[in-house]
Amino acid sequence: MPDTVMQPPDARATAEAVARRSYGKLVAFLAARTKDVAGAEDALSDAFAAALVDWPAHGIPASPEAWLMAVARRKMIDAARRRRTGEDAAGQLRLMAEELEAAVASETDVPDNRLLLMFACAHPAIEPGIRAPLILQTILGFDAATIASAFLISPATMGQRLVRAKNKIKQAGIPFRVPERADLRERLDAVLEAIYAAFAEGWSDPAGTEARRRNLAEEGIWLGRLVASLLPDEPEALGLLALMLHAEARRGARRNAQGDYVPLADQDTTLWDTELIDEAEALLLRASRMGALGRYQLEAAVQSAHAVRRLTGAADWAAIERLYDALAALTGSPVVTINRAIAVAETRGPAAGLVALDALADDVRLSEYQPYWAARAGLLARTGQRDAADQAYERAIGLESDPAVRRFLQQRRTSIRS
Amino acid sequence: MKYMLMVYSDEAGMKSASKAQVDQTLAAYGAFMEALNKAGAAAGSNRLQGSQTATTVRVANGQTKVLDGPYAETKEQLGGYFIVDVPDLDAALSWAARCPGASHGIVEVRPIWTM
Repeated sequence: MPDTVMQPPDARATAEAVARRSYGKLVAFLAARTKDVAGAEDALSDAFAAALVDWPAHGIPASPEAWLMAVARRKMIDAARRRRTGEDAAGQLRLMAEELEAAVASETDVPDNRLLLMFACAHPAIEPGIRAPLILQTILGFDAATIASAFLISPATMGQRLVRAKNKIKQAGIPFRVPERADLRERLDAVLEAIYAAFAEGWSDPAGTEARRRNLAEEGIWLGRLVASLLPDEPEALGLLALMLHAEARRGARRNAQGDYVPLADQDTTLWDTELIDEAEALLLRASRMGALGRYQLEAAVQSAHAVRRLTGAADWAAIERLYDALAALTGSPVVTINRAIAVAETRGPAAGLVALDALADDVRLSEYQPYWAARAGLLARTGQRDAADQAYERAIGLESDPAVRRFLQQRRTSIRS
Repeated sequence: MKYMLMVYSDEAGMKSASKAQVDQTLAAYGAFMEALNKAGAAAGSNRLQGSQTATTVRVANGQTKVLDGPYAETKEQLGGYFIVDVPDLDAALSWAARCPGASHGIVEVRPIWTM
């Protein structure tokens, strides 16, 4: 037996690591010519299954990515052959095989077409609401259920909409290409939204205990850096990167030594990563000089106003309230309203914060939205409305999936009862 | 890939247009077709008579039903089509934007089903 042979758990771990790192790259490359994203994903999932059988027996190949690419390519060609419908298809098939062969032979590195795939997913011919989920699935390999939870949509509906969107890319012939200058800004919005959604999903695992999720925050930042470097004159691309870096800078302070949740206001600022904060501030400054304010720059500026606490000892709540006012006008998002209410509670007292929160009371989506109930509970407790606060904490605890945050909310709930 | 660009427009608006306006529109279509031909993207086109000339046919339970009028009584009606042969949707969409129909009506772009 060659000494490269690993035990099945190692082979599985390697396959999973390659899957995480390379999924989008492999899908983007396999689908670039055929535009058949679903077909590329199917072929790739077959290739991953084959790896789990082959690698434990024969060892991890020198370039796992190239190995997966070769197997996936064969699966795609087999599939195309099976449903071959005309002479034209045969010619195209040969061309595809030759092109892939050449690419795989010439370099062990698979060309990175991820940005092109992202722009195909964010094409105006794709229904707006599905563009970001589609990017998360094709670039990062999220399953429909994970995406559905991030976007507050039922998994079955999300699954159907993703399938429909992939069919449209293939059947309508949507190109894999960076759009022309004239269309760039509009299409960039959808790309940025998806990157932020990926980051936020990873961010929701602050302890970093789930490798897959922690990796998502890193992937989000990586994609953010990629877009910012390719489009250095787009202020919102810089704004988004600044926003993500500010958040990432606080990762180490979000849990104490016991693994308990520490809210932003109570975080030890010496645990913040000043290097990341400095980089974020520089990006934000560069973006602001371009004179085109947008959602991500405003959100990054909010983070900047929180980060000021490391220098002055207090967050700039007046600035935060103003920034959320601007964001509310721009997005009309209920999440912005919740955060604005928290800022109002700091500048004008908890009663004023509750009034600001009441504006949302009729929004049906909030019955399943933890941050609304947690914010409401905190403000009710501060105004001495113990029973109402107790009930709101119960809703918040029932809706929270992170055990550390749940413990934190339970402690708060207990403290108002005594 | 081949795409059909279907031109939907307001027929009443066309009827009330002045002679000069009609001439201008026809000249614009002529130039558009010429550009399509020169670019090697043209793969067929036709202008249709007005929807008042349309007749719909449906066979149900062995009975043929023939009715006067178009399939849907909408303000904008299908007035003609172009078939373009281009590399991808973006190319088809830029031809659709150049089509005079996109300025006085709406152009629907659909890929042609390949057998």
